[in-house]
Amino acid sequence: MTAGRAVGRMTAQELVEACLAASTADAQITYVTEHAEANLRWAANSLTTNGAMRSRSVVVVSFVDGGAGMAAGSVSRTGTPDVAELVAASERAARGAGPAEDAVPLVAEAPPGAGDWSADPAETSIEVFAEFAPALGQAFGEARDRGELLFGFAEHSMSTTYLGSSTGLRLRTDQPTGRVELNGKSPDFARSVWSGTSTRDFRDVSVAALAADVEKKMGWSQRRVDLPAGRYETLLPPSAVSDLMIYLYWTMEARDADEGRNVFARTGGGNRIGDRLADLPLTLRSDPAYAGLEAAPFQVVPASSGSASVFDNGLAAPAIDWISDGVLTNLVRPRAWALEQTAPATVAVDNLILEDRSATVDPAEMIAATERGLLLTTLWYIREVDPQTLLLTGLTRDGVFLVEDGEVTGAVNNFRFNESPVDLLGRAVQASRTERTLPREWNDWFTRAAMPMLRVPDFNMSSVSPAS
Amino acid sequence: MLQARSVDESFLALPLSALTDAALTRAVDLGCEHADIRVERIRTQTISLRDARPEAVTDGEDLGLAVRVVHEGTWGFAAGVVLTAAEAVRLAEEAVVVAKVSAAINTDRVELAPEPVHADATYVSDYEVDPFDVPDVDKTGLLAEFSERLLAADGVEHVRASCMHVKEQKYYADTAGTRTRQQRVRIHPDLTALTVDRATGSFESMRTLAPPAGRGWEYLTGGSWDWAGELAEIPELLREKTKAPSVEAGRYDLVIDPSNLWLTIHESIGHATELDRALGYEAAYAGTSFATPDQLGTLQYGSPLLQITGDRTAPHGLSTVGWDDEGVAGQEWDIVSDGVLVGYQVDRNMARLRGLPRSNGCAFADSPGHVPVQRMANVSLRPAPDGPSTEEIIGGVERGIYVVGDKSWSIDMQRYNFQFTGQRFYRIEDGTLAGQLRDVAYQATTTDFWGSMSVVGGPQTYVLGGAFNCGKAQPGQAAPVSHGCPTARFDQVSVLNTVQEAGR
Repeated sequence: MTAGRAVGRMTAQELVEACLAASTADAQITYVTEHAEANLRWAANSLTTNGAMRSRSVVVVSFVDGGAGMAAGSVSRTGTPDVAELVAASERAARGAGPAEDAVPLVAEAPPGAGDWSADPAETSIEVFAEFAPALGQAFGEARDRGELLFGFAEHSMSTTYLGSSTGLRLRTDQPTGRVELNGKSPDFARSVWSGTSTRDFRDVSVAALAADVEKKMGWSQRRVDLPAGRYETLLPPSAVSDLMIYLYWTMEARDADEGRNVFARTGGGNRIGDRLADLPLTLRSDPAYAGLEAAPFQVVPASSGSASVFDNGLAAPAIDWISDGVLTNLVRPRAWALEQTAPATVAVDNLILEDRSATVDPAEMIAATERGLLLTTLWYIREVDPQTLLLTGLTRDGVFLVEDGEVTGAVNNFRFNESPVDLLGRAVQASRTERTLPREWNDWFTRAAMPMLRVPDFNMSSVSPAS
Repeated sequence: MLQARSVDESFLALPLSALTDAALTRAVDLGCEHADIRVERIRTQTISLRDARPEAVTDGEDLGLAVRVVHEGTWGFAAGVVLTAAEAVRLAEEAVVVAKVSAAINTDRVELAPEPVHADATYVSDYEVDPFDVPDVDKTGLLAEFSERLLAADGVEHVRASCMHVKEQKYYADTAGTRTRQQRVRIHPDLTALTVDRATGSFESMRTLAPPAGRGWEYLTGGSWDWAGELAEIPELLREKTKAPSVEAGRYDLVIDPSNLWLTIHESIGHATELDRALGYEAAYAGTSFATPDQLGTLQYGSPLLQITGDRTAPHGLSTVGWDDEGVAGQEWDIVSDGVLVGYQVDRNMARLRGLPRSNGCAFADSPGHVPVQRMANVSLRPAPDGPSTEEIIGGVERGIYVVGDKSWSIDMQRYNFQFTGQRFYRIEDGTLAGQLRDVAYQATTTDFWGSMSVVGGPQTYVLGGAFNCGKAQPGQAAPVSHGCPTARFDQVSVLNTVQEAGR
């Protein structure tokens, strides 16, 4: 079947071709992802866990027309699966599934921006930390000298996906992902601050800069101020804004809105596209070519949902505005739902940018212009309380600072908040220039974000959290 | 114990011994003081339907191996997916390289608490029908039929149905001589009915209370859960909920059903008594714990009625195993006795750090590609041996709320301040239920909340709840865990109105 070569020695591209060749279905899409990652984790100025992992996953989606419409079956395996068995399992799944609601003809036109099909996959290894680890060791020593503890995590991964289809697509995309989080604490854990960054290759990561940010915020935390629950003028830094906007982005499903079951549903029917959500000229957008946040320029979908369809594998994922100058302009809409609603098909890209193109200040200037307010660091444990308003709850974490007359004058206790990101867009009165940031809550799933600082005059701190 | 089932031949036929010999020999040659190898195959299928029509069927299998070493007092870990002796050797070598690079930032010498050798041991969890032996059409067909029953009712506009089932096969071997083979099956069926009022733009949903369980496909067809009864009552309950008055914020006596209380136990006791959190290993991510080791034996966690155990042995428990991912046998122990903190969940390195004679077996890795870390046992609230029924507990409340089913949850990084919502809330007036309420959330601080527990229900109210997706560690790992509890009463808990919280 495969020229006598063991599957383990086949290249990813050969594996895609072998699966396509073994198909007895009406159509097939197969993709192979080669993944390599390395990580270091530390606590109290010492290593806790580490690892170097490699894997290969193979996803075969078979399409079978049983007479009543096209059905799809998706099967994924890691490692070195038997091609004949894998393809047969996928076809069996398709035959057992029944006609798919999201059936549309498969994509046949290659999207722009795909990589070199014939080239080897990208790699990474623990050596990516060859300079980072000693620098971190030095930061541990300096923290120890100050009587402080450092905690955190660094990870680098490389994924190369080769996607082939029976309609002739041969697409490749490389996705480097990296993140570093540095958390500083006093020995009694009473003071706690955070700094973090995303990166593609660790060459732009400065441990010294992260450690200096932690040291600065530990200094801000020397004076403790207790404040009660209530509504406060609040400066949400880019990381906190990103975690709220990512949740909003994950909720932007057109079908849910059209069916009346999310915050973007219009009373009386339909969706809220065209509604003004923000008074500020805020634009929420995704762009696979955004510098430093590059993401796959085409769609890769293992299983259908309301926001993505296996039939759309290989579909171009161009730059798109979700909110333009404060007005809701697009929701995530697979091709099948787009046909049903006679609305444009849209694709969720794996990055998110919020910007006020008229902004002229940076976050430091916003702090300096604050008479009295709270400056947050990150948000944590964000969960949906009410889908109707998209009310979210969560905690402030690792630094709530009191700003008085333009200066940070102390560290405040943490709070539980109850807020809707949709309402916050409407109530924000100022945005800074946009910068790359690392989401704190969602960085296991989403690292590619660029956000401004937002000023909200009346952020709802629902209760005090004694946690630090 | 009757073991009706065995580990699948196709897993045992993998070259487990050859991989073990290759990896462990190489690790010892390279000077490691400890080495272990895991080979895992995890099969996962998720079937989802939207309005009784198939949305997706995914079928995944994750097969791989991992070598973990202690080299000169430092951990090293490497994982791959090619099951050959050459790859096992390469992983042993790579794990040692990882240990050497990491030595630059390691100051704490790794040592493991001793564990008896389990030389040739096999465990299969307690299930009847392997979900992967049931044809997809039958599984999808049953979920479609369940969906149709809900859709047929007045007022139900949409139904989502899903079922996720997992078969986890693990082989573990270490340089001490332990060799274990395990097979566990678990299942999580879930249906949600939704009603939409287009005129007002409002919508409301209600989900089944059936918890995920360490069972097979018989969970959907046998007698362990009353599917017919639950599906029959949801439309009317949903209709009642949409017409219910919005709650008046304030303090109420809460009677909390096991279908809601399991999650409060998980968040405020399960995580708070993980020793790695209390020691700060999770400080930058999952968080720490207010229940620090210096308070062991003295911290008043709750009222004297509070009896909490940890176990990896409960029948059908999602965290139940034969041996953990460091070769430690599953055990049961006390975490809170008469309201006082008396125990933690640990792994072998932490047991050694604390001077304990033995680990209580809480090491777990969610996949062959991830390193084992301390994960949660089944952490459960013991019922009162002659305790009251749920009706009797409600009967003793003058003005309160009966809370049923879990929904939204959030707790801070030290496990103090939490907020939960639910599927249904009933007003209690003079000891009887007086209709549903909407927009309810309860908020409290952990020790205040458990300190306010005034009545614990009897064994007849006990239900084992749980989740597949407990998150912890970086890189992130998802672990399945169960929590058993009776119905219980909590006095004067703060209740919020979520519409007011949204500023409406």
